[in-house]
Amino acid sequence: MYRIIFSAVLFSCAVHAVAADSGSRPTAPTADHSKFKALQGPFKTGEDVTQACLTCHTEAAKQVMSTRHWTWDYANPGTGQRLGKKTMLNSFCIADRSNEAFCNACHAGYGWKDDKFDFTSEKNVDCLVCHNTGQYAKLPGLAGHPAYRRMEYPPGSGKFVEPVNLPRVAQRIGKTSRTTCGVCHFYGGGGDGVKHGDLDSSLKNPRRELDVHMGTDGGNFTCATCHKTESHRVAGSRVAPTAVDPHGAILRGEKAGRNPATCQACHGDRPHPSALGAGMLGALSKGDRLNAHSRTLACQTCHIPAFARGGVPTKMAWDWSTAGTLDANGKPFQKKDERGHVIFDSKKGDFRLGENMKPDYVWFDGRVDYTLRTDRIDPAHLVQINRFHGTPGDSSARIWPVKRFTGKQPYDLEYLTLLVPHTATPDDTALWFNFDWPKALAAGTAAAGQPFSGKFGFAETEMLWPITHMVAPRDKALGCAECHSRDGRLQGVTGIYLPGRDHAPWLDRAGFTLAVLALLGVLSHGALRILTRNRRKEH
Amino acid sequence: MTERLYVFKRFERFWHWAQAALIITMLLTGFEIHGSYHLLGFQKAVGIHAFAAWALITLWVFAIFWHFTTGEWRQYIPTLKNVDVIFRYYVLGIFTGAPHPYRITQLRKHNPLQRLSYLVIKLFINPLIWASGLGLLYYQAWRDAVPAGLDLAAVAMLHTVMAFAMLIFLIVHVYLTTTGHTPLAHIRAMITGYEDVDG
Repeated sequence: MYRIIFSAVLFSCAVHAVAADSGSRPTAPTADHSKFKALQGPFKTGEDVTQACLTCHTEAAKQVMSTRHWTWDYANPGTGQRLGKKTMLNSFCIADRSNEAFCNACHAGYGWKDDKFDFTSEKNVDCLVCHNTGQYAKLPGLAGHPAYRRMEYPPGSGKFVEPVNLPRVAQRIGKTSRTTCGVCHFYGGGGDGVKHGDLDSSLKNPRRELDVHMGTDGGNFTCATCHKTESHRVAGSRVAPTAVDPHGAILRGEKAGRNPATCQACHGDRPHPSALGAGMLGALSKGDRLNAHSRTLACQTCHIPAFARGGVPTKMAWDWSTAGTLDANGKPFQKKDERGHVIFDSKKGDFRLGENMKPDYVWFDGRVDYTLRTDRIDPAHLVQINRFHGTPGDSSARIWPVKRFTGKQPYDLEYLTLLVPHTATPDDTALWFNFDWPKALAAGTAAAGQPFSGKFGFAETEMLWPITHMVAPRDKALGCAECHSRDGRLQGVTGIYLPGRDHAPWLDRAGFTLAVLALLGVLSHGALRILTRNRRKEH
Repeated sequence: MTERLYVFKRFERFWHWAQAALIITMLLTGFEIHGSYHLLGFQKAVGIHAFAAWALITLWVFAIFWHFTTGEWRQYIPTLKNVDVIFRYYVLGIFTGAPHPYRITQLRKHNPLQRLSYLVIKLFINPLIWASGLGLLYYQAWRDAVPAGLDLAAVAMLHTVMAFAMLIFLIVHVYLTTTGHTPLAHIRAMITGYEDVDG
């Protein structure tokens, strides 16, 4: 039984982090941390390393503790809604409550395994997870800790993980990299590429074809090149994104008060060169015509032709209602597609995967609100876990590419709320070890402080994810006809008159009918002239 | 007996044929942009259409100047007198071998029916097709300045209506050029400038 406790999915979730970071650019720091006395060790735990870091970087932990990487808590500035990973639901693994020891391997701290975690203790901050340059991995199930001793992992697998060499990792500390950010952000939702669609392990060392900025043969950007970080506050957020940024580029050092992670922060809002300027004649140049689109479209709409295009599929749909189905022998099992990707797992239910997916397009002004576990739902209709706001055609919104993810997840038949299941940490109630929904929901809702009537069903849900990474080189941007055609990508998008897509069919019918009648008229007139030619000659 | 009359001056002929080429180009690219068919590809069609639009506007600035400085604008002063006679000729007389009832001179080179149709083109179709076309081309510049109600769809629809009017004019106009004393007589006149006139 122990063997089936941790699946391959879980395993993939952790081991990727051990690989050395070959994606970061060479840097020449002014301090060689291997020469620091405080970092010689020995260290028993990660907390010991943190305390050593803090002897020099005295304010670092305080800074981290004020960010969402630490608090997992966030107040939506528009609605006041309490958000953050601690509170929100999704349609993937649903929620971290009761599963903290597992999920919170992605918390930038040590020891968050239940609601008794001390958010005020500086030594609980994990410096290494973001700043290591390799050989460091927080294993799901260990509440944010790496392995301090040689251990079988996943337990019962017969595979062993060597203990982390803390002094070595500490002495080789460095800047964040695509790999360190990616350890969590590429694997959200329980595996590589599952959640976002535009973030997966293919971005560790991408070609510029995949991401023109991060490509190792392109800009070789790290995440922090755009997500410019000050005092550990990382710019950019998908919970409250900057959907509209109609300004020029930000100059170095300029206190613009703007999000430095937008496209416009570097490229400005008229990025296409126009040989004829922006005046009347500008309309004759392709560049100016493209620039005119920036009033309507997000840059991403044309410049990210597809997501999940690095060879890693993303989950497009997840049906939890089939989770718990066992084989004829009462054992859990998996089904894989022809390429070896899991499409059914007794623990999780059915998945639909997608690669090279064309995004959906929606008007978006940056305001998002969420269905939380306290909100009543209407299970007769598709439940939107998040709603992207934006008035079609309005100058405050742009047409954005999104991944539209659909789910089917448990809700309370009486209270009409989406339910938090206990899934991931091995015990008597977790779904992944007992395949018993009532027990899992009772435990999960109890930990989440959520009322549960005991009666549950599965509601159809939907969640939107903004697509903003995997920016293609310019020659791979969308051509005009992708949208300017009768059945183009913006088929369902309202609020605009789109030449090539929109027309009044009655007018076209009337116009062409009249033109054909005119043609037939003159042709018959001509024919009649030819027929009467002889008569005229006689005349 | 016939005499040769110099009717179409050099600039006038240049204006006519350049305008013809531009209008045909714009009809072809315009209906592609409209989504009626695929020919050059949307991007190329838009580029050519916008270029041709500005070329035509430039041509027209010169043409308007020419019309006023030469007094040729008087050729388009409308008259309803004898329109019915001309109309009857094209409906009946042309088949029975009746002579064309209109005798052109240098000062009155368009018959009453031509005067009317060209005037409608100049005062009605052209201004509307340009205003709506410039509206489409410079939508980003005016979209926030105008009252709600005048949206791009309305402007585009007006542009489409006028494009159909232009298409129908072109069909009829091209046909009518074949109705001279030989099928190519009028076309030759627009190339050489000389029209053969019955004396």
